[in-house]
Amino acid sequence: MNLSVLLGKELREQWRTYRLLGMALAFVAFAGLLSPIVAKVTPELLKNLPTGTGQTITIELPEPTAVDAIAQYLKNLTQTGIIVLILVAMGTVAQERERGTVVTVLSKPVSRLSFLMAKFIALTLTLAASLVLATLACWTYTVVLFGPFDAGVFVRASLLSALYLWVFLAVTFLCSTLTRGPIAAGGLSIGIYALVSLLGIVPRIKPYVPAALIEGATRLALGESADAGRAIATSLIAVLACLILAHWTFEKREL
Amino acid sequence: MTAILCEDLTKHYGTVVGLQSLDLSVPDGAVFGFLGPNGAGKTTTIKLLTGLSRPTSGRASVAGYDVTAGNAEMRARIGYLAEEPAFYGWMTGEEFLTFVGRLFGLRGGDLARRVREVLEVADLGPAARRRIGGYSRGMRQRLGIAHALINQPSVLLLDEPCSALDPMGRKEVLEVIEHLRGQTTVFMSTHILADVERVCDTVGIIDHGKIVAQASIEALRERYAVPVFVIEFEAAPEQMSVLANHLQRQPWVASAEASEGRLRLYARDLAYARQTLPPLVIASGMTLLHYELTAPSLEDVFVHLTSASALTSASALTSASSEMSDAAEARQ
Repeated sequence: MNLSVLLGKELREQWRTYRLLGMALAFVAFAGLLSPIVAKVTPELLKNLPTGTGQTITIELPEPTAVDAIAQYLKNLTQTGIIVLILVAMGTVAQERERGTVVTVLSKPVSRLSFLMAKFIALTLTLAASLVLATLACWTYTVVLFGPFDAGVFVRASLLSALYLWVFLAVTFLCSTLTRGPIAAGGLSIGIYALVSLLGIVPRIKPYVPAALIEGATRLALGESADAGRAIATSLIAVLACLILAHWTFEKREL
Repeated sequence: MTAILCEDLTKHYGTVVGLQSLDLSVPDGAVFGFLGPNGAGKTTTIKLLTGLSRPTSGRASVAGYDVTAGNAEMRARIGYLAEEPAFYGWMTGEEFLTFVGRLFGLRGGDLARRVREVLEVADLGPAARRRIGGYSRGMRQRLGIAHALINQPSVLLLDEPCSALDPMGRKEVLEVIEHLRGQTTVFMSTHILADVERVCDTVGIIDHGKIVAQASIEALRERYAVPVFVIEFEAAPEQMSVLANHLQRQPWVASAEASEGRLRLYARDLAYARQTLPPLVIASGMTLLHYELTAPSLEDVFVHLTSASALTSASALTSASSEMSDAAEARQ
């Protein structure tokens, strides 16, 4: 089975082209480390806000807690995290087509399914490694700044956010398979992200969109039930649908 | 045994005809030159033979395996070099060959030995541990040939292997191909006639998506090439053009053209031309430098077969080509 050979190449590529390092550093810095700090200092910054007329407005905010740090962490993941993820994943198939390396590999005894699977698994592992590091960094910093916090809750909230990111990883992967170049794949992915975010505004659809996973994660941090079963189900179906569609279109594609 | 067989192979891209009812048979062990002008359908044919593209109709087989389904068993037995081979620039040459070897199921000592062998064939030993991103074009082309050979293929498909190379790079690649004679069947597409004459023993000529001839180079020369008079003058181009135009109007002349101080004349009636042409040359008043009735070159055959007039008689040529194909196979 050539899947293991292809996966080995993909993982080495993630490492040697600094994609793994880039994603891990961005996740750790912008989500893992920055979130607890922002949660801690925001009330201080807002306390004496200058108006520009020489006076100051005093905004009194409640004392920040670990829950604020987690909420900030989840928010950063859904914004900066998504952008980093799209940048790393948008070229995965499209760039190989653009450069012609896809022909080099697929003229060998390699199935197109193995080719795609290796890429998606490698991207998933890169995302997982980055999230584990970011979660560890965030939890450590949260404990340092705010005191002890239940690690189990943190892990469950992170798993929900991981599923959220995995959905958009699958979407970007599909776009990379559909388009001829990484830029087009990235643009299409951002467009779909914006569309899905807009769909979340509709009350009847809201419990099913990936954003409901992040709301569920926030509820977990507050000690409530996640109530994200429907979003988990639709997200898993969305990932599967993206992979099936990616394979179907790639099998038919002339190279 | 037939290494490559195409039967009524057709490929349309929307309304554009890439390939039209291609019938082709390449005998085992041949170094086959697939010759045609740009856009004739050479790359389309090779992509169909590798299974990277699907035919609109017809069928093809390589090394005895049907390729229209693009099956992995067939691909395990072929080597393929694209016109512009693409590699992973972050890998070293050795890493890339090891990766490709693994895709063919090679492991351990066999893999290491085979990588060393193909590096040697492609003369890339000293650069094996350098990143491919830093390779010259010639080195990349040789790496492409090395990777196409790693599985010791029964059939090697090369798409324009020398078109982008400088003379030294071309020489190196052609030497590698010559080295393969007798070891594997080589199917090489090109529009460079000199390369075909140097390394190929059989050629197929394709034009506008159709095969117009297939035979050994000698058989093609004998069958199709019209003897050509080559005459060189020390004269102004305008004077030579006047003479060429005058000759062109003669009934015994098929064509006459002047360029770069040289006049090339194809005669319809060779015996008559031998008698009539010298007095006309002398009467032109230009200083004669060279006068020769040359043996036909492959270029003459190529020009003849890919010209519009040749296309109108395509049916006659096709029937003749099968006759010569048999002769070529007998030669093998």
